[in-house]
Amino acid sequence: MAKDKLLDFDKAIELYEPVLGFEVHVELNTKTKMFCGCANAFGQGANTNTCPTCLGLPGGLPQVNEKAIESSIRLGLALGCEIAENCRFARKQYFYPDLAKNFQTSQYDEPIAFDGELTLELASGREITVQIERAHMEEDAGKLTHVGGATGRIQGAEYSLVDFNRGGVPLVEIVTKIIEGAEADAPEVGRAYVGAIRDIVRALGVSNARMEEGNIRCDANVSLRPRGSTVLGTRTETKNVNSLRSVERAVRYEIQRQAAILEAGGTITQETRHWHEDTGTTSAGRPKSDADDYRYFPEPDLVPVAPSREWVEELRATLPEPPMARRKRLREAWGFTALEFQDVVNGELLDAVEATVAAGASPADARKWWTGELTRIANARGVAADTLVTPQQVAELSGLIASGELTDRLARQVLEGVIAGEGSPAEVVEKRGLKVVSDDGALIAAIDEALAAQPDVLAKIQDGKVQAAGAVIGAVMKAMKGQADAARVRELILERAGQ
Amino acid sequence: MSEISTDLVRHLASLARIDLSEGELQSLTGELAQIVDSIAKVSEVATPDVPATSHPIPLRNVFRPDEVRPSLTVEQALSGAPEREGDRFKVSAILDEEQ
Amino acid sequence: MPELIHLSAAELAAKLASGEVTSVEATQAHLDRIAAVDGDVHAFLHVSDTALDTAAAIDARRAAGEELGPLAGVPVAIKDVLATKDMPSTSGSKILEGWLPPYDATVVARLRAADLVPLGKTNMDEFAMGSSTEHSAFGPSHNPWDLTRTPGGSGGGSAAAVSAFEAPLALGSDTGGSIRQPAAVTGSVGVKPTYGGVSRYGAIALASSLDQVGPVSRTVLDAGLLHDVISGHDPLDSTSLTDEWPSMADAARRGGTGEALTGLRVGVVRELSGENGGFQAGVKQRFDETVAALTAAGAEVVEVEAPSFEYAVAAYYLILPAEASSNLARMDSVRFGLRVRPDSGPATVERVMSATRDAGFGAEVKRRIILGTYALSAGYYDAYYGSAQKVRTLIQQDFAQAFDKADVLISPAAPTTAFELGSLVDDPLAMYLNDVTTIPANLAGIPGMSIPMGLAPEDGLPTGLQLLAPAHADARLYEVGAAIETMLTDAWGHDLLSQAPLLKEAVK
Repeated sequence: MAKDKLLDFDKAIELYEPVLGFEVHVELNTKTKMFCGCANAFGQGANTNTCPTCLGLPGGLPQVNEKAIESSIRLGLALGCEIAENCRFARKQYFYPDLAKNFQTSQYDEPIAFDGELTLELASGREITVQIERAHMEEDAGKLTHVGGATGRIQGAEYSLVDFNRGGVPLVEIVTKIIEGAEADAPEVGRAYVGAIRDIVRALGVSNARMEEGNIRCDANVSLRPRGSTVLGTRTETKNVNSLRSVERAVRYEIQRQAAILEAGGTITQETRHWHEDTGTTSAGRPKSDADDYRYFPEPDLVPVAPSREWVEELRATLPEPPMARRKRLREAWGFTALEFQDVVNGELLDAVEATVAAGASPADARKWWTGELTRIANARGVAADTLVTPQQVAELSGLIASGELTDRLARQVLEGVIAGEGSPAEVVEKRGLKVVSDDGALIAAIDEALAAQPDVLAKIQDGKVQAAGAVIGAVMKAMKGQADAARVRELILERAGQ
Repeated sequence: MSEISTDLVRHLASLARIDLSEGELQSLTGELAQIVDSIAKVSEVATPDVPATSHPIPLRNVFRPDEVRPSLTVEQALSGAPEREGDRFKVSAILDEEQ
Repeated sequence: MPELIHLSAAELAAKLASGEVTSVEATQAHLDRIAAVDGDVHAFLHVSDTALDTAAAIDARRAAGEELGPLAGVPVAIKDVLATKDMPSTSGSKILEGWLPPYDATVVARLRAADLVPLGKTNMDEFAMGSSTEHSAFGPSHNPWDLTRTPGGSGGGSAAAVSAFEAPLALGSDTGGSIRQPAAVTGSVGVKPTYGGVSRYGAIALASSLDQVGPVSRTVLDAGLLHDVISGHDPLDSTSLTDEWPSMADAARRGGTGEALTGLRVGVVRELSGENGGFQAGVKQRFDETVAALTAAGAEVVEVEAPSFEYAVAAYYLILPAEASSNLARMDSVRFGLRVRPDSGPATVERVMSATRDAGFGAEVKRRIILGTYALSAGYYDAYYGSAQKVRTLIQQDFAQAFDKADVLISPAAPTTAFELGSLVDDPLAMYLNDVTTIPANLAGIPGMSIPMGLAPEDGLPTGLQLLAPAHADARLYEVGAAIETMLTDAWGHDLLSQAPLLKEAVK
């Protein structure tokens, strides 16, 4: 594969206006598939979740999953869409070995949701609104494994194997209208858009929203328009860009690649392109051609879907606060800096922090525990922080510090105990005997001993160099096995030193 | 007269994934032209004011509860497979790119 | 016990219930009959090797005092379009040769649950495309009345099996007349229920919006008994109706008293009555006589018009190929069925699929797939498939107006008596016109029935009367059908089928 020539990104943006469009497939987390009662489950033995319907056996017939309709409507509403009063499924026909019936049951000219919009917030604080053309329901295909040849790719494979467990899993495909005006932010817009979809479907609870498992898959359309022109350029569609970072990189790459071609006087080929995560490049796939004749027609084995307005309003009432609005509200309420708040968001700890605050902790303490110690332990163990402890436990721990019953250092030991399942923070304090020593007598004895051992330090303190007390604090804390309040120790040291 | 040409039939056969021989293409072209001529009259009465009927008995909102039903066993699922490898269906190398 | 095979299903069921006859005896008698005549008739593609075991198990349960259903122990033949997990299901196609489905069609499961005894799978035109069974990949069936003639199609096997006394009952499927036209030309009874009345789950789809499974038998009551077993809502078929159906057998019994005809408003559809020619003289003659007899029996016969029917065949031959081209796309050599590698060149999966579909499909199937692909392809959809769907609306409107004036509509069920094998097979258009009388009911989704109407004087072969009722009014068909059956057999002094020359004589 010849290496693509790339034009410098800033130069590309100077010469051309990038025009974007996205098709995002969201896999719904229903218990069963879209059109049959087989389990919608990831990671099970090949062909264990199939039936005559999703295996496309002669005589199989589809039956619509009501929950999938409900999830699609809720997703449509969350994207600000109109919900169709009447819509239908249609067959999109093409032959492919992972497509059991050799047609995909989808929607064509009558999607369940249409005409929505989604406002994105970029890191710079800039807001950009993406128009949603439609969100329609369809089914996923089976999974192909290519055997022989290089690295499991389709090219050069000797043969392929098909597992139909994923065949028939419900998808919602969200299609944007063209996005203009992103300019140099175009790559970030891609990332922010897909991130926003992910946040929405997660907040709705309609998808597991794990991009690494393919629950959300993005096709990115990019074209360039020369400055001053009103005509759209030829677009490419980069398929299956499956992480937020990759969306950003793929958009950037296509802008630079197309700009280099145009700059050299060439033309862009309308085609699908493959994204290569390892090299961060795209490569040519199938050219779009007149042969793409999907022969759509209304699915005769299914009847129209006509959601009543009452049902739609009931579902609207179940919508959670839009993620962006929620973030704005929480950031203001908590008084975090942009950076602090971003830490929480990036760590996917918004829910955990919110619940911890609700359980009585201060926002600052909640943030500190979750983005600090808990994230460190979670990363070390390769798990998510919110699986280690509950927000209630964190709030309780934070309360013990505030009341002076624990020091930060003791609290970290208590946390270990809580994570190890030894009980609530109070129980761990009790069992491990980790309470702060608040008996001044014991502290004074230790201080006197430490001062006696370090006469030079005592002299410095008495000389007015109070910061020298730190060395004594360390020795006292060590003697007390950490179970002392450092501030109190410091006070007592100065007192004993006659200051 | 209809516009059925051998090239059109060849294109249709490729869409329908049928490897027709030249002889079949020729005879089908003639037959199809004749059939299309005789059925094209449907457009005479299909005026814009007539709604389309896709289902003879109108039904709406026929849904299935989201409850798991037993699937086939792996052996049942693969019982008709012309070729298999392990628990998966085996097919020859794929030329085209994914859709 | 050769006489066992001549009993109607209702009579046989009564003898089984009383213990006079066992299911094993009844099943053996039909298996013997199949062994004796099916070499000539070729109604069956597969004969069950477990039928006697099934029958014995039912006998044992009956002997143990278990309460069984009304048709328990009665043998039944099953059209090969239906998936059966103990018998190959090929839909008459080489591409599915030997395919053993891992599941039963809903109607088959209901037969088993009602303790009928599946005898085997009956022959049919490949994927139900045809009106003669000559498009079966496994050779044609022959009409028991004259073995040189076709038993109609696509369900010629089921009709031939019943009329040759190889089975008292059979299941068929009717997309444009595949139950009713074979019934007409074999002197048997066939019913296409209201669309959605009987589950299509497990019926290998031809045209999803037209297909309907229904009973084939020798009497209207028998058809009603079988109808009661297979009908009713099936959540696996999204187009299945939730109606609480009345018993069709009860309706037939009520009709059998003959009183149903008094004051009945019978509509003769002008466009289907042969006024403009196209019907064989003997068919027209028997139809006119039947109309006269109905008037004499106290029915009020009115003429109704259905101007859009002129477009029915054209609309049908767009909708059917379009849906069929899509439904048959799954025959691709990946998960089941035939796999053929190309003679030369690389054996990519695309080329294997194409070679398989070329080798596995017969000429008529290819013809209709190409036609349907054309009708759905970009640029033609509105003119063809879209327009055909509008014609459906017009036909429904014509029926609605006709049923304002009449309780049932009647016409000949087929324009001719059974035609000679080979006479139409190379003329697809002429073959398509064979369904002119039956197609409108499929387009509108209404129920239709064919019952024997006497023998055509010129060739001594059966003619059929078609009855049509509004959607959901299947019971009316059974009541009126049974009444006309009684009226006609009383007039003839015997069942029509008793006039059938015995099979061996028919050959000569």
